[in-house]
Amino acid sequence: MSARAWVPAIFIALLLLLAAGLTLNPREVPSPLVGKAAPPFELPLLSEPGKSFASKDRLGSVWLLNVWASWCVSCRDEHPVLLELAKSGAVPVYGLNYKDRREDGLRWLAAYGDPYRLSVVDAEGRIGIDYGVYGVPETYVIDKRGVIRYKQIGPVTREIVAQKILPLVGQLGRE
Amino acid sequence: MIPELGQIALSLALAVALFLSFVSLYGAWKADASLMSFARPAAQSIALLVAFAFGCLVHAFVVNDFSVAYVATNSNSALPLQYRVAGAWGGHEGSLLLWTLILGVWMTAVSLFSRHLPEEMSSRVLGVMGLISAGFLAFMLFTSNPFDRLLPAAADGRDLNPLLQDPGMVLHPPMLYMGYVGFSVAFAFAVAALLAGRLDATWARWSRPWTTVAWMFLTVGIALGSGWAYYELGWGGWWFWDPVENASFMPWLCGTALIHSLAVTEKRGAFRSWTVLLAIFAFALSLLGTFLVRSGVLTSVHAFAVDPKRGVFILALFALLVGGALALYVWRTARIGLGGSFAPVSRESFLLANNVLLAAAAGTVFLGTLYPLALDALGAGKISVGPQYFEAVFVPIMAPALFLMGVGPFVRWKHSSLPELAVLLRWALAVSLALGLLLPLAMGNWSAMVGFGLSLALWVVLTSLLSLKKGARTRSHYGMVVAHIGVAVFVVGVTLVKGYEAEKDASMRPGDKVELAGHVFLLEGVASVAGPNYQAARAKVSVSRDGRPLTVLHPERRIYTVQQSPMTEAAIDTGFTRDLYVSLGDPLERGAWLVKVQYKPFIDWIWGGCLIMALGGLLAASDRRYRFGIEKKSETFVEARA
Repeated sequence: MSARAWVPAIFIALLLLLAAGLTLNPREVPSPLVGKAAPPFELPLLSEPGKSFASKDRLGSVWLLNVWASWCVSCRDEHPVLLELAKSGAVPVYGLNYKDRREDGLRWLAAYGDPYRLSVVDAEGRIGIDYGVYGVPETYVIDKRGVIRYKQIGPVTREIVAQKILPLVGQLGRE
Repeated sequence: MIPELGQIALSLALAVALFLSFVSLYGAWKADASLMSFARPAAQSIALLVAFAFGCLVHAFVVNDFSVAYVATNSNSALPLQYRVAGAWGGHEGSLLLWTLILGVWMTAVSLFSRHLPEEMSSRVLGVMGLISAGFLAFMLFTSNPFDRLLPAAADGRDLNPLLQDPGMVLHPPMLYMGYVGFSVAFAFAVAALLAGRLDATWARWSRPWTTVAWMFLTVGIALGSGWAYYELGWGGWWFWDPVENASFMPWLCGTALIHSLAVTEKRGAFRSWTVLLAIFAFALSLLGTFLVRSGVLTSVHAFAVDPKRGVFILALFALLVGGALALYVWRTARIGLGGSFAPVSRESFLLANNVLLAAAAGTVFLGTLYPLALDALGAGKISVGPQYFEAVFVPIMAPALFLMGVGPFVRWKHSSLPELAVLLRWALAVSLALGLLLPLAMGNWSAMVGFGLSLALWVVLTSLLSLKKGARTRSHYGMVVAHIGVAVFVVGVTLVKGYEAEKDASMRPGDKVELAGHVFLLEGVASVAGPNYQAARAKVSVSRDGRPLTVLHPERRIYTVQQSPMTEAAIDTGFTRDLYVSLGDPLERGAWLVKVQYKPFIDWIWGGCLIMALGGLLAASDRRYRFGIEKKSETFVEARA
């Protein structure tokens, strides 16, 4: 190969690299929590502050924990998907209302619909720290033994539900 | 109605751009003067149409038309007017429109100032630029239309990203784009010369002022971005080697190399194929930067909306424009001679070394920026490349470049003698070494790094001043001297900040004091303040030195109401020899606040140096031989062809 021919060769290699880059998601950081026990919590309910919900109550069944907030713009994008998922009854969805004001959260659910079995309040974001939440929304699939099996950072889409969450939930249900 | 007019203007502009590239490229090929005569008016109408569309978008922002999706995502009725106007380029769609508008400005400039060029040359240049603008207009209309309607209209907008609500951010994108897009002129000249099969001194002479002006804007744009990061992000850093910063730095390094290599091609006819390759690279790297920012393949502080369709489109555009130019290069440069020969010690060889070093620097930045992506693509895991890498590889490359910068202006074209140079420069060398190594002692804390950096800076200043006595008394020579001194000022800033900066994080309650680098910072109190679209806690910090009051600073912690995002608004006392930088962190328990105080010696010299560099570029580009010499040269060019 002559020296000049190297220039297009390198350029084509660069194009291939960039094209490959488009299929990857740099924000998809592998979570160290996947495969580990979900950090336990007991938090007050959003709808009734007097009552509380403990994560250990869910041992024995597969469930989804969705971190949301009324101030979060992309939560609005994933909301219809969560509503559909909840309606299908494939898996119960629990909400973690993150760094939000109670009245704002309730108003938001009234306006856009409530896909959650129940939502708990994490106003200070302390449980969020345990779960390594760094962007809202985030969604966790937790198995019967209370182990996190999947973590979705950013909005859940119909593709993710169909291709990742539902197959995983089906498989975990049989375990 | 008005947004639709903007949309129609953009569609018309796309049609005119396609028309322009056809008539001018085909017309130049067939030497058809009547076809080529359309090139100038077509180029100018693209600019007018895009400017009209831009006006429509700004209008939508000013009147708070939240039925336009882009306005609804990037503005808010409580946003102050100046940021509503700047909001027009605060998001993806609008900043593409700004890109295209600036391309229009450059095209108009070329159409006005190319009257002395042979018709075929100016026609090809405008044709290539027309192709580029057609690509970007199509990109905008098909994937990122700023005039898309939102039905039903939003009641209010989601507000402009608070980070962008800053005067620096109003100016940074236009300046940066003037630089990025300006390299398209050098690119178009290179492609036009390749098409014509004549890469000669005349081509280099025409390209030089355009390249220098684009470089000047890019320098100012990068400096503004860095200055903005310094006071707006609230951490006191001025360069983070973030992928997007690197994306603007690579074209700058490449453009700097191009400026120097064009000098050789113009004066001596040497390095032709290298110069044309650099011209292609400078613009290719600008496009690559656009791709990296707009496609979301890399994580960065400039995390813009990610849409895979956009990434594919802009990658295709990149492949087409750069791939086409490179194919042309491989095909055509086989015929180009090497140009004048030169001895190992000559102006040519020094500029060659300059080019090798700058290209190597651009290469290392390129490697560091794309390495995480390559690893990820190979499935080898996710990593990020930090400042340690860049600093470790960058300094050893730039230090010899700075040394050569001092010698270069004294070396004669073709052949020079080393002993003669040594005699000429020995005093400058001795003085800069002695002073550079002694100065850190005077500052009370000697370190080899600081001594080395100051010596290099002094060396550049002394030799530059010395060259004034010997060199030609032209604006381009003065421009070079000024730009080189700018580099030295920049080096002083970087060296002293790195060597002597100090910082302290303290938990402070009103009445508490903290001491740093001889200054005493007293937190007098924290008050609650309401801004137009934010709530803020504003601290009052009085600074004293040796018991004498110096200044009062008001750092703020703001919560922007719509997006609920907290922002640190640092307070800075700027001085010629140091900045005092105070930022207010989170409230802690029992009325205490986290306060960060920083002492930044000579930090403003960093941006001052950049501005001096840009000033040098302006001087060089305004040299009269570019204005008056062209006419004479182009006549001989035409004669030579006939």
